[in-house]
Amino acid sequence: MPRPGLPVIALVAAALVYPLVFGSPAAINVGVLILLFAALGTAWNLLGGYAGQISFGHAVFFGIGAYTSTVLLKEAGLSPWLGMLAGAALAALAAVLLGVPTFRLAGHYFAIATIVIGEIAHTVVRNLDAIGGARGLFLPILPTSLVNYQFHNSRLPYYGIAFGLYALALAATLMVERRRIGYYLRAIREDPTASRSVGVSVLQYKLAAAALSAALTAICGTFYAQYVLFIDSDSVFPLSLSILIALTAILGGAGRAYGPLLGAGVLVPLSEITRIAFGGTGRGADLVIYGALIVLISVAQPGGIAALGDALRRRLPQPA
Amino acid sequence: MTALLEIEGLTKHFGGVLANDNVSFGVAEGEILGLLGPNGAGKTTLFNCITGFLPPDRGRVRFAGVDVTGRSASRLARDGLVRTFQIVRVFPDLSALENVVIGALLRHGRVSAARRRALEVLEDVGLAARSNVRARDLTTAERKRLEVARALATDPRALLLDEAMSGLNPREVAEAVALVRRLREGGVTIVLVEHVLEVVMPLADRVVVLQEGRAIADATPAAVSRDPAVIEAYLGPQFIERA
Amino acid sequence: MEIVAQTVASGVLLGLILALSAAGLTLIWGVMDIVNFAHGDFLMLGMYASFFAWAVLGLDPLLALPGVVAALGLFGVVVYLGVIRPVLRGSVLAQIFATFGLGILLRGVAQFVFTADYRQIGDTMATGSFAVGPVHLGLPQTIAALGALIVSGLLFALLDRTTVGTALRATAEDRSAAELMGIDTRRMFALAWAVGAGCVGAAAGLLAIYFPIFPDVGAVFGLLAFVTVALGGFGSVGGAMLAGVLIGVVTSVAGLIFDPAYKFTVAYLLYLVVLVIRPQGLLGRA
Repeated sequence: MPRPGLPVIALVAAALVYPLVFGSPAAINVGVLILLFAALGTAWNLLGGYAGQISFGHAVFFGIGAYTSTVLLKEAGLSPWLGMLAGAALAALAAVLLGVPTFRLAGHYFAIATIVIGEIAHTVVRNLDAIGGARGLFLPILPTSLVNYQFHNSRLPYYGIAFGLYALALAATLMVERRRIGYYLRAIREDPTASRSVGVSVLQYKLAAAALSAALTAICGTFYAQYVLFIDSDSVFPLSLSILIALTAILGGAGRAYGPLLGAGVLVPLSEITRIAFGGTGRGADLVIYGALIVLISVAQPGGIAALGDALRRRLPQPA
Repeated sequence: MTALLEIEGLTKHFGGVLANDNVSFGVAEGEILGLLGPNGAGKTTLFNCITGFLPPDRGRVRFAGVDVTGRSASRLARDGLVRTFQIVRVFPDLSALENVVIGALLRHGRVSAARRRALEVLEDVGLAARSNVRARDLTTAERKRLEVARALATDPRALLLDEAMSGLNPREVAEAVALVRRLREGGVTIVLVEHVLEVVMPLADRVVVLQEGRAIADATPAAVSRDPAVIEAYLGPQFIERA
Repeated sequence: MEIVAQTVASGVLLGLILALSAAGLTLIWGVMDIVNFAHGDFLMLGMYASFFAWAVLGLDPLLALPGVVAALGLFGVVVYLGVIRPVLRGSVLAQIFATFGLGILLRGVAQFVFTADYRQIGDTMATGSFAVGPVHLGLPQTIAALGALIVSGLLFALLDRTTVGTALRATAEDRSAAELMGIDTRRMFALAWAVGAGCVGAAAGLLAIYFPIFPDVGAVFGLLAFVTVALGGFGSVGGAMLAGVLIGVVTSVAGLIFDPAYKFTVAYLLYLVVLVIRPQGLLGRA
């Protein structure tokens, strides 16, 4: 095992200090959302950033995770932790089944196909009365305990679990990055034809990345269900969620292990602050600011925030 | 001597255009074969059919005695049949070293082992000093060499080079020629697609000439350059005047 | 039988407008390989422009149409210069990010300035309905569809019969070759945004005759436009026309056969099936 690097130590320290400094439930909530979206962006990054397959349909896997554990809990009394594993397995399977036909599509065609698949899933779930349809599903309230995956006295346990989710996604990314699969995924992103010429089974590696990415995303879906205790198609399957997941990774710097955390660290507080400060009017001022900032950032810094760091580093004198 | 690579009756159409018409030839183990022909003669299509990037309409490809027709490009690379591209295809945002590591990973499952092999190959092709430069920032000649290095790192039995020397200046061509000779001494069988005659004639053991999709000659460079059909069809009238 | 004819007819009428809006999207996509993910929101803006021309200036939407086309065309150029040109040096991801952000911004602005209320243009020159045999057609829908057909014809004429159109098509075909022939491709990009956004403006002005107007109206139409373009084939204006009518008919008929909630779902499924069989779309080049 390589020794943990500086970023990992800094990350753990920051995550531990945050709840001590910002103790209010609202601030913990922002912390939970940052970690959740960092985990989602990191999961997306495996497929979108490393393998270069831009998905705008990841809400499908998030929704599969949320609905699988919730339905199993309600109908069979199955522990959400087991439901989480079932959801992850189902999402991985869905990713493979959807990937076989769609991974033949190039560039924008692939991106649009993923939007369409997401919208189909959204509509089907909204109209499927067997799993709550448009009314959604309330989770049964169980006593506070880790086994029940429910905590009613404090949000801190959720914060801890969200940190665990992010750590899991990051660990998966770092493992992939340092292994053959990580090199092959980047090769596929750069040039699939050249990859084939040196023996890379392009489809097989794309499917592996998709399955891993989907499973991690589904685990986050289960977390969301246990955190909010209510799910419906509009909260866990919408296109806007898929876009937010992708934007988190893209903003931070796609194809960089720590990029999505940066992206979530900027996007989540930004959208919370604008929502709290301007959302009360119900007139979309939060959307104006949010959208304007996204446009500004992409115009000023097309490589994402992480690329800004690179640019700064190049200007600083290099150590000999 | 049995051939390492055998092409038999290979035919490929695009719509109404006949790109390869019943082409047959063999390449012996350890040989340098030149594949010549004017632009549009079907050389690149033939390469694509042999290396699994296009399915041939008819005909067979045998490699090391096994019928490999229709095998995928990645499978053929694992079998030891690897090609480079006429328009250079490196992984632009990765470093030179990472480019070659990706090739080396075919035979070395561990990244550390692949890295060692990649550094050796970069040394061999004279790019060791440039290993941390992003591929997009290399010169054209360096990118061509990087592509060869990436292919070499897969430890191929046969290497098919598609115009590896076009666009290079005379000094770079001389380096590339020396590299090809070294590779052959290392036991790699080489097929060169070129239209630069001056490069192929002294380098190749044998030359196959394609014209309008058909193989019109298959002989030593000396014999081919005396072949009236080749002179007439390919080398053109100005060559006849000089001859 | 009559109800089927009726359904197909109304599908064709909607499909022609869809086709026009998709033609605008595919033109930009084809010329510079950028997908405008704010496309639906451009449509929304055009509908509001039409609404306020009617509500404030008392202009009939048909009379306001040239103004709306010009306004959206101008807006397209502004977006190209202000947002798109700066991100051209960035990755595809930055381009996607920028146009998505622009869409969110436009929707936010619309909500802020116009509120989330539904609006409808009241009295227009085109009201009532007429019968063709057993099929009853709404006059507003018919006029809008005819208008879409005329504008599409003009677009074809522009691309096919004029020097500027030829230069646009050459840029789409092969950018570097076009540059070698002395075509200023940067100007062609700006022109593609002007003409593309102008087409969306025309579709919006025609749709506004009978369709309610609200900040999110672009969401469904935007997605349908992407599907139409991808189904028709990359950069193919003819393909977009064909696919637009096809999707219009399929959504109407699907609404009749299945639960209306699934009418778009069926069109999306059709698109996925076509893509699996023909990844380059119906009329796209392989």
